[in-house]
Amino acid sequence: MPSWVLSQIKVSLEPPQYSLAGLSPLIALAVGSLLLIMFRSVVNRLPAETESWAVVALGPTTVVAAWVVAGLVGDSFPFADFRSSLGALLVAVLAVVLLLLAALLVRALRAGFDAVFCLGIALVAFASIVSLWNDHWRSSAAPIVGIGDQFSFDGFGLVLAGVIVLMVALCALLLDDYLRRENIDGPEMYVLMLLSAAGGVVMVGAGGLIVLFLGLETLSIAVYVMAALHLRRNESLEAGLKYFVMGAFASAFLLYGIALIYGSTGSMNFSEISSYLAAFIIRDDAMLLAGLALLLVGFGFKVAAVPFHGWTPDVYQGAPTPVVAFMASAVKVAGFAALVRVFVVNFDFYRIDWQPAIFVLAVLSLLVGAFVGIVQHDVKRMLAYSSISHAGFILVGVQAATARGTAAVVFYLVAYAFMALGSFGVIAVVSERGDRKTSLDDLNGLASRHPLLAMALTVFLLAQAGVPLTVGFVAKFEIIGAAVDARSFWLAVVAMLAAVVSAFLYLRVVLSVYLGKSPEQVSAEPTHPGAALAIGLAFAVTIVFGLFPSPLTDLTRDALPAILSLG
Amino acid sequence: MWSLFTTSSLAATTSTTFPVLTAIVVTPAIGAVVLLFLPNGRPDHFKQVAFLFSGVVAALSIWVVTAFQTEAAAQFQLRDHHTWIESLGVAWSLGVDGISLWLVVLTGLIFPLTIIGVNAQHGPKAYYAWLLTLEAGCMGVFLALDLFAFFTFFEIVLVPMYFLIGKWGHGRRAYAATKFFIFTMFGSALMLVGILSLAFLNHAETGVLTFDLLELANSQKIATNTARWIFLSFILAFAVKVPLFPFHTWLPDAHTNAPTAGSVILAAVMLKLGTYGILRFGIFLFPEAAVWFTPVLVTLGTIGIIYGAVAATMQRDLKRLVAYSSVAHLGFIVIGAFALNTEGLEGSILQMVNHGLSTGALFLLVAMVYERSNTRIIAELGGLQKPAPILAGVFLLVALSSLGLPGLNGFVGEFLTLLGAFAAHRWWAVVAASGVILAALYLLWAYQRVFHGPVAGDNAQVSDLKLREGLLLAPFVVGIIVLGIYPKPVIDRMEPAVDALVAHVEAHVDGFTEPTADVTVFAGGDAEPSDGGR
Repeated sequence: MPSWVLSQIKVSLEPPQYSLAGLSPLIALAVGSLLLIMFRSVVNRLPAETESWAVVALGPTTVVAAWVVAGLVGDSFPFADFRSSLGALLVAVLAVVLLLLAALLVRALRAGFDAVFCLGIALVAFASIVSLWNDHWRSSAAPIVGIGDQFSFDGFGLVLAGVIVLMVALCALLLDDYLRRENIDGPEMYVLMLLSAAGGVVMVGAGGLIVLFLGLETLSIAVYVMAALHLRRNESLEAGLKYFVMGAFASAFLLYGIALIYGSTGSMNFSEISSYLAAFIIRDDAMLLAGLALLLVGFGFKVAAVPFHGWTPDVYQGAPTPVVAFMASAVKVAGFAALVRVFVVNFDFYRIDWQPAIFVLAVLSLLVGAFVGIVQHDVKRMLAYSSISHAGFILVGVQAATARGTAAVVFYLVAYAFMALGSFGVIAVVSERGDRKTSLDDLNGLASRHPLLAMALTVFLLAQAGVPLTVGFVAKFEIIGAAVDARSFWLAVVAMLAAVVSAFLYLRVVLSVYLGKSPEQVSAEPTHPGAALAIGLAFAVTIVFGLFPSPLTDLTRDALPAILSLG
Repeated sequence: MWSLFTTSSLAATTSTTFPVLTAIVVTPAIGAVVLLFLPNGRPDHFKQVAFLFSGVVAALSIWVVTAFQTEAAAQFQLRDHHTWIESLGVAWSLGVDGISLWLVVLTGLIFPLTIIGVNAQHGPKAYYAWLLTLEAGCMGVFLALDLFAFFTFFEIVLVPMYFLIGKWGHGRRAYAATKFFIFTMFGSALMLVGILSLAFLNHAETGVLTFDLLELANSQKIATNTARWIFLSFILAFAVKVPLFPFHTWLPDAHTNAPTAGSVILAAVMLKLGTYGILRFGIFLFPEAAVWFTPVLVTLGTIGIIYGAVAATMQRDLKRLVAYSSVAHLGFIVIGAFALNTEGLEGSILQMVNHGLSTGALFLLVAMVYERSNTRIIAELGGLQKPAPILAGVFLLVALSSLGLPGLNGFVGEFLTLLGAFAAHRWWAVVAASGVILAALYLLWAYQRVFHGPVAGDNAQVSDLKLREGLLLAPFVVGIIVLGIYPKPVIDRMEPAVDALVAHVEAHVDGFTEPTADVTVFAGGDAEPSDGGR
């Protein structure tokens, strides 16, 4: 081996610093998925009626686990000071009441063991993230080290990781009813979703390109399988295969890009790359730029930006609808987290080079998403194109390459995750057995069959169109604000015009929901409580943060990556 | 100027404790939510509850008139200011001045009348809930003093109107509703970019990120050319909403296919959102750009007057005829506004109210004609005067008001707009004045074909105006006559605000002075409007 290669390899005998607190969300998700498989096999051996008791027991267990994890991760156990102010007896009574409520809630959900377990894991992970946010990031504003310089959480990572695990929780609720309806047994879907979320969390906290790639692959491979898991449905298999082949292709691009960046900067670690770029000006930067371009291809694929969007409509149409909800929310969040982390934060120096590329991607995504979307006849396909258009909108915020733009991206991601989850959640419920009733005509007269679902879908769609008093409007407001603040006036104009064209797409759906005639009087089954809860929560977020966006805007301002700040 | 506004507004804030303007905006919204939770058992309850809530709003808007201080009409009164989104500098900021006062009253009164007067054909719960949402949105537009809040309300009104047209309309209602939504959203999409550009460019100059109307209007730090672009984005949104020729094509479809209540509110209130926006936001925020764009806008307004009148003349459908007459009337409002002098602006505001009364009433009358003979095609109507003389009489009165007969409200407004426009843009005013004659042509000709002549078909059996319908039309008729004979109280309350707006334009535009009527031309005629007109 030549000596210059050897000199690049760092031999370090000391183990990297690590902290369990910084890794806690990841541990919760990974350990949780293992526990789910183990308990599942235990529960399978139990008599059938005990399973329902096991499910109910999961409610209080989750609460206790979340409390313990939050206490271990943070400075103190939540509500610990209540004992001094309220008295020990009262606190004990309140705690018992809380646990009973949790048990009753789980009972009311009428969900299966796997779903509730997955929900619990996600909530425990969320509790650890909240704890990290409150007790570490808020107080010190310094990144929370997970493993050395390879994995750490800053506010940006924490908020997006929080969104990802919340999406896991809501998708678990959606999946429960769906899997039972489609006769898909086993905990695979939930395990895969937890693993995928773990990959997403790795992505948002990655400190280097290799860790980022590992996270991306964990996330992607799990989602490939999830897309194909509806085994009796050919479209699902096709979607999984298509997603896998194209995704592997994109991963190869990404890996090659990482190699080129390593070749030109001598490191795969973000902080080292940044300090290298700050110290040296690379005279011949063709290799680095080629590497950046390849990275952009890889991320562009994950976030479904045109021209790397080809898989999106087919996969969204074919994959099981709750999985699509997960893809549109969590996967997109993770992809954009990586994009922002690499380009806006670490290759800020090269913004003059990558901004035009993002500009082109944004314009193409906006226009293709909007114009191709309006001529579709399948609602899942329409929403796939709308998600492409939303990716374009988020790219407008990335293109600004400012702290304001990044805050806007975070806001948009949070908002879009809930809106997309809600829309696909409704579609999952109304698509009926076989997941086939997803064409526009099948939605005809939904308002008379399911008035509440119809109202929720309408709100989600109008929110996506950017109608005020919904979170979608504030998201667009922030993005366009960031764009004009960065003097990208024409990009802002294109984005808003695309939003108008997209509005036509949403109105088409609303029209058939309210004005279309039901083909025949179908007896409407009541919505499963789990799915109803997930849709209801997404609905509440859409409306409440639309009316009072301040908490969310403040959150996104506190959630900027460690080296960006908004004055 | 700035200190003048802030000190007076602070004084106004402290003088009132009950946030009446917030109540005006929020009450209908609460009503809409209450309706959603009412049980479905008793359909007539929906109407009563909706009427109750809109009645409260009407009472509050009357209360605003009594609490309004005429001498301070140039300032925003009864202000209500709360931080909404702190990090963006967005505030829930409401206030009323002489320009918005009468539009608030008009909105407050029209809504209960349409709610009580026009029944829902089906699905009363959602219907009345949407109407109340619409009222909240319209009130919000007229009262908002923060660009974020204004845009929110300006855009949110699309949703209830979309559903009202789409679900309760006639004919090609889905097409009309979608066209309405997309057209108006297209305009306001660009305005959003304009609003944000204005705020952020102002932020770059002053270091303060704010969406406050007064701060932005008095700051005037944007480069001239940029301000013109931003003004263009605003004016495009308003031009679609007004609608100004050539952005008017959604209007006839929306009006024709909308349910009666939708048409009445569309004409009486929603079209004013655009013209009010021109005055409050367009001219106030961008005085220089407004002066610069005046020739274009006055030309478009004049074309609208003539085009609307000619198109109205050729319509076969009575409702469509009234819709096109709106295009013409709104043209008068626009040329009055861009006369940029006291007479023109006053006439413009007054004409907004007048058009609300007369066209609102016309749509109600068209609906009554339709209920009786099941057709709106003018050729299939005829001779309705014989079986329904009172209906014919009221229709004639309202039509005369709409065409500007002296003694009725339309005359005062049109006269003032033309007077102002004549001083500013003489030849446009001359052309526009011919629109008055065309209005007489299409309205009287329509009246003649519908109510005179041989009785067509089964029309002989139709009933005359019922008491309920008479009571519904009575407030409109009273308004038409009172405003025609004694508009002074109305004009007095708007005049200080209009003068302040003109002064604002003069202060911020180099070399601009208020265009006044040439004394030699108006030596004889000037005395007449100030005695008789005002």
